[in-house]
Amino acid sequence: MAEGLYLEVVTGKGSVVGVEVEEVRLPGELGELGVLPGHTPLLTALGIGRLLYTIGGQERQMVITQGFAEVLPDRVTVLARAVRLPNEVDPEVEQRIFEEATTALKTANADDFAEITRRLRTAEACLEISA
Amino acid sequence: MANTRDLQRRIRSVKGTRQITKAMKMVAAAKLRRAQTAVAEARPYADTLAKVLARVASRTEYDHPLLKRREAGHVWVVVISSDKGLCGSFNASLLREAERELRAPAQWDGAEIVAVGRKAADYFKAQDYAVAHEEREIMSNLGPEDGPRLAQMCIKAFNSGQVSGVWVIYNRFINLIRHETTLERLLPIEPPRMDERGPTDEMVDYLYEPDPAALLDTLLPGYVEARVQTALLDSAAAEQAARMTAMEAATKNAGEMIDSLTLLYNRTRQAAITKELIEIVSGAQAPAE
Repeated sequence: MAEGLYLEVVTGKGSVVGVEVEEVRLPGELGELGVLPGHTPLLTALGIGRLLYTIGGQERQMVITQGFAEVLPDRVTVLARAVRLPNEVDPEVEQRIFEEATTALKTANADDFAEITRRLRTAEACLEISA
Repeated sequence: MANTRDLQRRIRSVKGTRQITKAMKMVAAAKLRRAQTAVAEARPYADTLAKVLARVASRTEYDHPLLKRREAGHVWVVVISSDKGLCGSFNASLLREAERELRAPAQWDGAEIVAVGRKAADYFKAQDYAVAHEEREIMSNLGPEDGPRLAQMCIKAFNSGQVSGVWVIYNRFINLIRHETTLERLLPIEPPRMDERGPTDEMVDYLYEPDPAALLDTLLPGYVEARVQTALLDSAAAEQAARMTAMEAATKNAGEMIDSLTLLYNRTRQAAITKELIEIVSGAQAPAE
């Protein structure tokens, strides 16, 4: 039925990518999920993590922090709070944030916990794509 | 007849004013460009979100508190004005329109104002309207968090049953010389409609992950946030455009005024010279007679 898969990533700061891809892997809230053309319609919340997509056998990636994705047989629409591209990530800065958050986590109370985990996960994902 | 010195002084003062209005026009033009970029950046998100919601709406009979119509009751009207003046009829037409809507009894039983921008805040306070919330000094420095914050406030009031609906009235940016005062319902959410295209046989319901209720819980507030943000950005762009047009007109008027004053000045000067000449000539002729 569907031949290609069109990936569109949009944030509050505009459209980030809009390309034909072969495969997309999304950081779903309940774990990573892969999407190939012809996928059944799906609406999913996204957590913090890597979004990977393949064009011509080449894999590209970015970090997504929260949002959701609509999957249709021939297109994937990702609406994200924020997106970080590999060239926007400074590994040293992220490493520092990561370490700071790790220490902060030990003393965190319930209120800060979510916020610190969010920072930690973002930094972690950023480090992954810059590696 | 005015004397030449007064005229000179007036010409100088109008020239000074012209310089100021010209500078303000340039500033507005620069700010407008920035505001337009912001609108262009925010638009894809709001549009895509609306499209997704439209598709969701056409596939499922979903139900959510934010979508439920309530019995007519007390509502909030968010009026988005500007913080600063000198932008032509921008605020005047908006406030007039808002007041007309508030007086029209058909839509709601009673309304409280959420005034955004100093102009609306001052106006509704002076007019003794019930003002539920004021937001001053926000339009001149609009951040990405302002829309969501306002939207969350409205959602909270709606969910707690304090209001039965939220409307927003703002100037929508059309082009440089035109803006349109628009009244829209924010809550309860009216699911955007899908444009008639796409095969209907593919209308299978989505799989939802984690589950429909949880998804709509994030999707719908997100939609409200995006709409408020778009309205704010649109109004900010329209404001700068209105100011630019107003200042351009003021600069032109000042120019015309300078021209007519200069003409008057020259005439007065000429008349004085002529008068003096006549006096000299007739003075010289007098003893000869």
